[in-house]
Amino acid sequence: MFFPISHTQINPIYLVVIGFLIGVLGGFFGVGGSFIAGPALRAVGMDWNFAVGTDLAHIVGKSVVAAKRHRALGNVDLRLGLIMAIGTIAGAEVGAQLIQVFKRAGNVNFVVSAVSIVLYLGISIFMICESWKTLAAAKRRKRAGKSSPSHGKADESAFTHMTEAIHRWRIPPMITLPVSGVTISLWLIMFVAFIGGLFSGFLGGGAGYIRMPSMVYILGVPTHLAVGTDLFEIIISASYGTFTHAIKGNVDILIALVMHTGAAIGAQLGAISTQYFAGPKIRLAFVPLPLIGAAIVIYTLLTGHKL
Amino acid sequence: MARPGKKQVRQTLQAFVVELIVYSLFVIIYFFAVLHFLGQWLVQLEIQHIRTYAVVAILLIIGQAVMLEAVTTGLMRFLRRGRSE
Repeated sequence: MFFPISHTQINPIYLVVIGFLIGVLGGFFGVGGSFIAGPALRAVGMDWNFAVGTDLAHIVGKSVVAAKRHRALGNVDLRLGLIMAIGTIAGAEVGAQLIQVFKRAGNVNFVVSAVSIVLYLGISIFMICESWKTLAAAKRRKRAGKSSPSHGKADESAFTHMTEAIHRWRIPPMITLPVSGVTISLWLIMFVAFIGGLFSGFLGGGAGYIRMPSMVYILGVPTHLAVGTDLFEIIISASYGTFTHAIKGNVDILIALVMHTGAAIGAQLGAISTQYFAGPKIRLAFVPLPLIGAAIVIYTLLTGHKL
Repeated sequence: MARPGKKQVRQTLQAFVVELIVYSLFVIIYFFAVLHFLGQWLVQLEIQHIRTYAVVAILLIIGQAVMLEAVTTGLMRFLRRGRSE
């Protein structure tokens, strides 16, 4: 099938399947899945600028479906999502400006690659250790016949003491988030959102791989709520990204619409699946995602072939 | 966190198959109708009015998402009611 906006010939079934896979990941983990969509679109000959812009447009649609489903499951903190969207957009703008600075300095590829490898590996190692510790502690409690301190969507984390220490920084204004069950400084929320946006603008994609863990470990939001709220927040920030890319001529909306038909069903499946997994298990299953991201960057560095 | 029972897994799979069929039908209709009719108009819009195209692109993807979600949710409700009756 020929897509006239980007002048690309792509099999629509391929787009639907890729959309489905990314949809499942997005619905389950609250990530955009750009690290798969970008290379997948590039693999069929789409220009890099179109791959980035079109992927963002499809992320908007997928996040709408997944966030609606998560909202029905009680996994979305609208207040937190709206506050975070402001910080994310600001961060994305700064990230995009940083790219320009490194472009002018002539070392953008090396800097972006090095930062992303360190970041992806760091997140993976940290999350393996934390989830492992949390699950081991839960097993020990179970063996000792003690009940879990958490119930329902409340979460357990081996990092709780650090989260509590961070929450002691009571810099006003303090924001109460009844849905997430935390009272926290607005600046801390903005900081997390800004960092997520910064990496989104700097490394591309939605940066869910950094925002979702940050919401859990820094803001103390339960994992299920972090996934749902992240998706809601992505609707706003990805819409903004889609608009800015579209006016630069980087969005083939026809491709995004076809991809989204697969993503929509995948996102619902992913969102529903979160009901059957505890927070630490979702976090442990999340670990391969940044590792795949790191592997793609290392491959690009070693071969010089951009996926 | 509760583990899904066999019945629950079967129901989820059943729901998934139904959704898959609905989506497949939707995709076919989409390719032949919407993309065919909107395709040329969107190409022209992208060339002549890029800002309008940007807004239309966002509205289209959100509209499709809301519609798909509503269709499948409605269908699932209908199927569930059919089972319980």
